[in-house]
Amino acid sequence: MAAGTFRKANILPGFGPALGYTVFYLSLIVLIPLSAVFLKSVSSTWAHFVETVTAPKVLAAYRLSFGASFVAGLVSSVVGFLIAWVLVRYEFPGKALADALVDLPFALPTAVAGIALTSLYTENGWLGRYLIPMGIKVAFTPLGVVIALTFIGLPFVVRSVQPVLADADRELEEAATSLGATRVQVFTKVIAPMVGPSLLTGFAMAFARALGEYGSVIFISGNLPMKTEIAPLLIVTKLEQYDYAGATAIAVVMLVTSFVLLLGINMFQRRTRRYMEADEA
Amino acid sequence: MRLRNIWIAGLAAGTVLLAAGPVKLLNVSYDPTRELYTQVNAAFAKQWKAKSGAEVQISQSHGGSGKQARSVLDGLPADVVTLALAYDIDVLAEKGHLLPANWQSRLPNNSTPYTSTIVFLVRKGNPKHIKDWDDLVRQGVSVITPNPKSSGGARWSYLAAWGYALKKNNGDDNKAREFVTKLYKNVPVLDSGARGSTTTFAQRGIGDVLLSWENEAYLALNELGRDKVEVVTPSLSILAEPPVAVVDKVASKHGTTEVAKAYLEFLYSDEGQEIAAKNYYRPQSAKVAAKYAANFPKLGLFTIGELFGGWQKAQKRHFDDGGVFDKIYTPGS
Amino acid sequence: MSIRKDPVWVQWSLTALAMLALGGFIVLPLVAVFVQAFEKGWAAYVTAVADPNTLSAIRLSLLAVGIAVPLNLVFGVAAAWVITKFQFRGRDLLVSLIDIPFGVSPVISGLIFILLFGANGWFGQWLADHDVRIVFAVPGIVLATVFVTFPFVARELIPLMESQGTEEEEAALVLGASAWQMFFRVTLPNIKWGLFYGVVLCTARALGEFGAVSVVSGHIRGETNTLPLHVEILYNEYNYSGAFAVASILSAIAVITLVLKKWISHEH
Repeated sequence: MAAGTFRKANILPGFGPALGYTVFYLSLIVLIPLSAVFLKSVSSTWAHFVETVTAPKVLAAYRLSFGASFVAGLVSSVVGFLIAWVLVRYEFPGKALADALVDLPFALPTAVAGIALTSLYTENGWLGRYLIPMGIKVAFTPLGVVIALTFIGLPFVVRSVQPVLADADRELEEAATSLGATRVQVFTKVIAPMVGPSLLTGFAMAFARALGEYGSVIFISGNLPMKTEIAPLLIVTKLEQYDYAGATAIAVVMLVTSFVLLLGINMFQRRTRRYMEADEA
Repeated sequence: MRLRNIWIAGLAAGTVLLAAGPVKLLNVSYDPTRELYTQVNAAFAKQWKAKSGAEVQISQSHGGSGKQARSVLDGLPADVVTLALAYDIDVLAEKGHLLPANWQSRLPNNSTPYTSTIVFLVRKGNPKHIKDWDDLVRQGVSVITPNPKSSGGARWSYLAAWGYALKKNNGDDNKAREFVTKLYKNVPVLDSGARGSTTTFAQRGIGDVLLSWENEAYLALNELGRDKVEVVTPSLSILAEPPVAVVDKVASKHGTTEVAKAYLEFLYSDEGQEIAAKNYYRPQSAKVAAKYAANFPKLGLFTIGELFGGWQKAQKRHFDDGGVFDKIYTPGS
Repeated sequence: MSIRKDPVWVQWSLTALAMLALGGFIVLPLVAVFVQAFEKGWAAYVTAVADPNTLSAIRLSLLAVGIAVPLNLVFGVAAAWVITKFQFRGRDLLVSLIDIPFGVSPVISGLIFILLFGANGWFGQWLADHDVRIVFAVPGIVLATVFVTFPFVARELIPLMESQGTEEEEAALVLGASAWQMFFRVTLPNIKWGLFYGVVLCTARALGEFGAVSVVSGHIRGETNTLPLHVEILYNEYNYSGAFAVASILSAIAVITLVLKKWISHEH
């Protein structure tokens, strides 16, 4: 982050006020309120904190939550990129409708999504009645958790990639093709670097959002301790015992992890962008 | 009690007439009581108007019992609370000092105007021949019950099973634990609340038997169809006592103490007891109980005080983190 | 519009694949919602939607959206401007901090405001003394909504503005435009679609938020229930078709906003 060496003279206005407002609003809405959670989590002893977050049940829940969110983020990235690509590049009947439908997971209350998904995948559901005889169990297994989280995360990827893809300079691809680049080369050398950062952003958001998701997952997961119990559910059960310190301790670990991940991805993006700019220069 | 009622109503009428507009009460309750209190509120408002001439408007809030108690503790302005377990109201007294510690002795029957118990809901025709608790631990029987960590009703179910095994084995605690462990091995999914479990059982067709509040079971029977499910009453179960209380601190701030008291005492009146009985809550009044005897099969009932030493102890031993319920699911313990 | 096209077979197979995925992951659950919403026919649907408690829930949801979206819109533009047009120390940190609300479990997002404004919270005593109600009332619901939808607009704009660079704005300034002229004539037209996506997402998410609002609402019927909370209530009353009917309103709102977007883009 040695920005000083890279800095070029910038004549654009508004840095001061815009930064000031950003930091002020960020502090007011996010940072100050969140500090209440951190302070609460350390309101009892450090030993209690460690004991809480390393209990076998909590570790099992972390494994499920992080694992399922990661897989769901990957699935969302692949599928989401494909959907964004098709929506931006091709014309086909029903495209406008398809475009509109992408946002539905946002609009549907998560509990409704959970109920709807569960009803699809149980034994008498539309999909469950075919899948279960084949030995594929979705409802009340970690696979169900992944599906619910993919449903939640998919729009993040599509909506991150779509504007960048739409904005991408088609002439670059033209030039590359006319210079004899193959389709695969165009994709890896021109399109991927252009879309890559936004895809990564989409993945990170889908992952982070999946990690905290509660409403839709508890319906489809089955909530069996050590097996299909997600970390946010443990937060709720801690609260049920008026153990605010324990609940916030579990939350803080998730929060810090997803923050570190997001920070890492943002820094990585920065670096790749810098290389690209250096290449151009 | 009658006289006292009238006296209170008179006094309250005096206070109410001084204030302009309808009096507002907020009743914070647990999940299965929606239908009950919708009817109670209408009946009470009518009676209160006839007695005092004043309008009273009662708002309802429903949710998991523990979550509701926590909301009141954190500032939800409930004039009265009608929750699933005494433990949740104890917390309001203990941690929030919102009402005195002896709240449970302020109204008859431990402040419990109606009781309930835990029964079984099975598929029509009872294909797995489930008659009593012992049938639940058989191999191949799948049992649906919510997570006791997040549902008050599920805690009653758990304790009912434990109590049954304890009584059957002459108080052998290890046998009881073994029985409950076996029972939970037969549970394929733990929903977070009672209604979630009912849906899993009835709508999704999962499981052979649902452990349920008696009132929930009959409500489900009516809502979901008598051609699909039937109720089985075990030989022995727990006497579930969902208590009610005025939240003194809030009510006195709102100036609603008298009307709140009258509201809760209305639950003990003949009219209130009838409404409870019609909603499949077991009434305390012998007269009303006799009238609705057909609704309530006879069974042996034990109380939580008798077998578990009260809610505080039961909660700590069984449901707190690291308690017996957690150990059931921890391998090697 | 496009200069060079992929072969038709590539177009078709990719489209088919994408639509299959969209169908499986998104459309099927949605169809399940609508089928259950109309299970008991139109009359039951209308009854559920026209219920006074439903209408009050709609009003409250719209109010929360009406406050949360403009606030986050202004913030999003300011933040994206700073982050994409300038180099400064701590930029990555700032971007990551903006993302935080995504990573916070909804349960915690609600709890935060209880810890601050609840009876036992930091400001609880002061608020009680001055008779100000924040949690278990409308302000708490608005706050939780603002928090949950905080990053949406900024997050949509950042990748877009990053890919656009600063040349056009610099040119405008060199040609003598004032700062606001530059913003309204150059920047805003460039980012309008990203901005629009951001607003749509923010609105949709604000309408649909359940977990965080559930914690701070208190569930008082007809007073502090938003649409998603009302859905849960209906569902818990065994009124499945009613619950899905109200849920389908939420889906319909999302579709309408998107149709609106199409319409606006045709105008230009």
